[in-house]
Amino acid sequence: MNHMWKFSVRRMLIIIPQLLLLSLLVFLMAQAMPGDALTGQINPDLDPQEMQEQREELGLNDPWHIKYADWITSAVRGDLGQSFQFKMPASELIWNRMVNSFWLGVATLIITYLLAIPLGITSGRFNDSLLDSSITGYTYIGFATPIFIFALVMLWIFGYQLGWFPTSGSVAPGSDPGTFEYIVSKINHLLLPAISLGLITTVNTVQYLRSEIIDTKQKDFIITARAKGASESRVYNRHIFRNSLLPIAAFFGFEITGLIGGTVFVERIFGYPGMGDLFIQSVLLRDYTVVTSVVLLFGLASILGALISDIILSLVDPRIRIK
Amino acid sequence: MAFLEVEDLKVHFPVKGGIFGRTVDHIRAVDGVSFSLEKGKTYGLVGESGSGKTTTGRAIIGLNRATAGKITYNGHDITNLKKADLDVRKEIQMIFQDPYSSLNPKKRVLDIIAEPLRNYEKLSKQEEKKRVLELLELVGLSSESITKYPHQFSGGQRQRIGVARAIALKPKLIIADEPVSALDVSVQAQVLNFMEDIQEALGLTYIFIGHDLGVIRHMCDDIGIMYKGRYVEEGTVDDIFDNPQHIYTKRLVAAIPDINPENRREQIYYRQEVQKEYEQSYDDYFGDDGLAYGLKPISETHLVALPEKG
Amino acid sequence: MNEKLLEIKNLKTSFRIEDQYYAAVDDVSLTVNENEVLAIVGESGCGKSALAFSLMRLHNRAKIEGDILFKGDDVTNYSAGQVNKLRGNEMSMIFQDPLTALNPLMKIGDQIGEVLLLHKGKFSNLNRKQKAISLLDKVGIARPEHVYEQFPHELSGGMRQRVVIAIAIANDPEVLIADEPTTALDATIQSQILDLLNELKENMNAGIILITHDLGVVAEMADRVAVMYAGQIVEVADVHALFGMPQHPYTRSLLSSVPNAESVDSKLHVIQGIVPSLKNLTREGCRFRSRIPWIDESVHEKSPELHEISPNHFVRCTCYKNFYFPDEKKEDKRHGIS
Ligand SMILES: Nc1ncnc2c1ncn2[C@@H]1O[C@H](COP(=O)(O)OP(=O)(O)O)[C@@H](O)[C@H]1O
Ligand SMILES: Nc1ncnc2c1ncn2[C@@H]1O[C@H](COP(=O)(O)OP(=O)(O)O)[C@@H](O)[C@H]1O
Ligand code: SF4
Ligand SMILES: [Mg+2]
Ligand SMILES: [Mg+2]
Repeated sequence: MNHMWKFSVRRMLIIIPQLLLLSLLVFLMAQAMPGDALTGQINPDLDPQEMQEQREELGLNDPWHIKYADWITSAVRGDLGQSFQFKMPASELIWNRMVNSFWLGVATLIITYLLAIPLGITSGRFNDSLLDSSITGYTYIGFATPIFIFALVMLWIFGYQLGWFPTSGSVAPGSDPGTFEYIVSKINHLLLPAISLGLITTVNTVQYLRSEIIDTKQKDFIITARAKGASESRVYNRHIFRNSLLPIAAFFGFEITGLIGGTVFVERIFGYPGMGDLFIQSVLLRDYTVVTSVVLLFGLASILGALISDIILSLVDPRIRIK
Repeated sequence: MAFLEVEDLKVHFPVKGGIFGRTVDHIRAVDGVSFSLEKGKTYGLVGESGSGKTTTGRAIIGLNRATAGKITYNGHDITNLKKADLDVRKEIQMIFQDPYSSLNPKKRVLDIIAEPLRNYEKLSKQEEKKRVLELLELVGLSSESITKYPHQFSGGQRQRIGVARAIALKPKLIIADEPVSALDVSVQAQVLNFMEDIQEALGLTYIFIGHDLGVIRHMCDDIGIMYKGRYVEEGTVDDIFDNPQHIYTKRLVAAIPDINPENRREQIYYRQEVQKEYEQSYDDYFGDDGLAYGLKPISETHLVALPEKG
Repeated sequence: MNEKLLEIKNLKTSFRIEDQYYAAVDDVSLTVNENEVLAIVGESGCGKSALAFSLMRLHNRAKIEGDILFKGDDVTNYSAGQVNKLRGNEMSMIFQDPLTALNPLMKIGDQIGEVLLLHKGKFSNLNRKQKAISLLDKVGIARPEHVYEQFPHELSGGMRQRVVIAIAIANDPEVLIADEPTTALDATIQSQILDLLNELKENMNAGIILITHDLGVVAEMADRVAVMYAGQIVEVADVHALFGMPQHPYTRSLLSSVPNAESVDSKLHVIQGIVPSLKNLTREGCRFRSRIPWIDESVHEKSPELHEISPNHFVRCTCYKNFYFPDEKKEDKRHGIS
């Protein structure tokens, strides 16, 4: 257990340089944007002359390290600057969106794994069968299909043609937060985007799980298990699947990073008010404070995803747990 | 002056640990090894896996840095040799244990064997090919082999390719690290005979690393027995096999399966006796730290790690 | 005479390579008796593992013909369920590489517990744990309670092989198949494992099939020896007869290629060429012929059969009478039997 601690602490210490690097990159990006992306107090559409005057006025021409330090300290306190377009704190603008995106992410992950685990297992166990070929065929289609086109098709069929799902928003207008109807409406709104995204992102995991299983099947210890008299189903359940699911846990972190990319398109297409939608909207509106903040939060999510992966892995793999 | 002289060689590897991965300890892979060998002879280095044989060999050819000690080859100090003394280095070559993984599978035999030539000698393509063909003939492989890849050869043939690479620069000393451990008896015989033949033909000196005492006995003139990075005994083949003194050596000798089933009972009995002695007298042979003592001569050729008599 | 435990009759195991079946075990007949060690020797690629896997029915894509009678019952007709009851129980196996034979994510205790659970379902959890610990103790592992909780990577190769053996003997098997159990181990560890197997044999009354390419191991362990070449048995004899009066050219060649005390000043015998792969093997006539090219073509038999040349000593083909090593004189080629 002691070692487990050491591992976790060491792993957490690694995120310090990661965070530093992320913040520096975002800071540099913000610096390169017109106006003042960190505070959002200057209209980016002003001409350079006027902009310069305003900067002087607001005291925004400090040396970069002071500005960086100010930005970081306020960001840690939850102050991400002002949205120039909406004239409100960026953090307020982001908060609701973040909650929406969070639930969309969770729903997508659930769908991803709900699909990937049975498909990957079937495909790996019966590899080179007709069933496997069909599943592999699906994954190839998934790899080749751009998410935004697929999402549009889904929206058109299930949203507009069949009318099974709402076509935009995250909840029916007028329902009261906390009521049962509200929750049902929320779920109803995120289902179609989550399914669309899940159907595409899952193909990675299916392929990965399939090859893990095919690999594990040929290991010597599987022969040992058979030689013990274990039935085929026990060999699969106790030995092959357990050992193949482990690397999938490690894959979880990358899954999160992948999701972020996917949500940007999907939220936009489904008009789902999440972070991805906000990101595109802010880019189009040249609302640079918000763009910067969203990028920062996306980066944070990726770093945390990788951290969670490693910790899960260390919990389930004794070879890491004990070292 | 001995041909190769190793004096108090130490190779320690740092162990990283703690939260910041600082060096918290050292693995004493080789911990004070001394021996010398004569030109044209075969010197055996024996011990169980992890006892430091490979590390000793690698330190001699400069693949592992010596932490302390001195290695003298033919009068030159070659400890932790710099690039400048390449001439000396090319006289010492190594053959590796596993003929299946020690050859790059993506390279043709021509490129594998020519690699050392390219590093040390500027030859034209033609000359290079001629040399490689000569080498192949020497190790008994056909000239078509030149364009083949390692997987197209059997284990014994691959080990010959490894040998051809090692002798490409006309070395004087070859360190063979368990060259036959991965091979079947029949193929093993082929490689061993062949190593003896080229030793005679080219006047080579061998350091032969192994754990199969049957093979060691067949090949070597002198033998050093290693245990946990130190020597426990050194002597001629006869000293070691007919008159083992250290309990660890006795265990090794007792562990060799006897090829004659008629001796089975005696063999088992002998092994049990040695095991009993090992359990009873362990403390007489190893210090408090579980390591061997320094070597003391008991005859002109025979040295044993025994404690100072009180 | 001890009871016959296993009778292998005309066993043929073929693998499919590019739409065609090639036999890796070709018409092998052998018996294994109670309380006996039958060694099977041969170079790698001769079909020893293919034979062992056939006995345990562990091949998943091989064509198996012939009969394998376990105490008179033909196991080749067994259903999957019946096979599972047999494996790990009445018949069990020890594998070559202890580093890969254990599940890296399962505690040692659970891996031994599994084989008990499968066949001794009525044990309570506590009983099972006690039995597993006593097995660890039996195979010579110090601090068995501690090792019970450990994972494979925490143990040395020798310790892991002991665990594999503990799994194999957990249910007191009647037939134990050991496929190169010491090949991957150091000499001192090898002798300890062999001593352990000997000790177990004394107490178990089992029939042990010991597969190895190390003739020293055979000399120390076997009661009877079967020499295998290219899928066929070429010689079967009592261990003393086999080492004292080896007959088949392959047996003799193997024996003379082993370095030993007497070989120090002489050259080892080299068996020319290599064991042919399944596809390249010429199946007509004698399979060993191409590796002793100095023997005159006229002496080879068309289809060499096993002959009993003295009681319980079988040799394939009769032309062993004509075999000699190239450095021997043709005239004084045979010692012993004429
Ligand atoms: N590069 C290295 N870094 C750390 N430890 C090493 C390294 N090389 C070898 N060792 C350790 O040194 C010891 C001796 O290893 P080695 O010389 O390979 O033994 P042998 O060849 O006798 O089996 C072992 O404990 C091994 O783990
Ligand atoms: N599953 C398989 N498919 C095809 N060929 C195989 C298979 N298993 C073994 N063989 C071949 O059968 C022959 C005998 O192999 P094996 O029984 O492993 O030999 P041994 O155990 O004596 O070293 C070899 O030529 C090997 O390549
Ligand atoms: S003499 Fe007999 S055993 Fe020897 S190669 Fe000829 S046929 Fe085969
Ligand atoms: Mg080594
Ligand atoms: Mg085998």
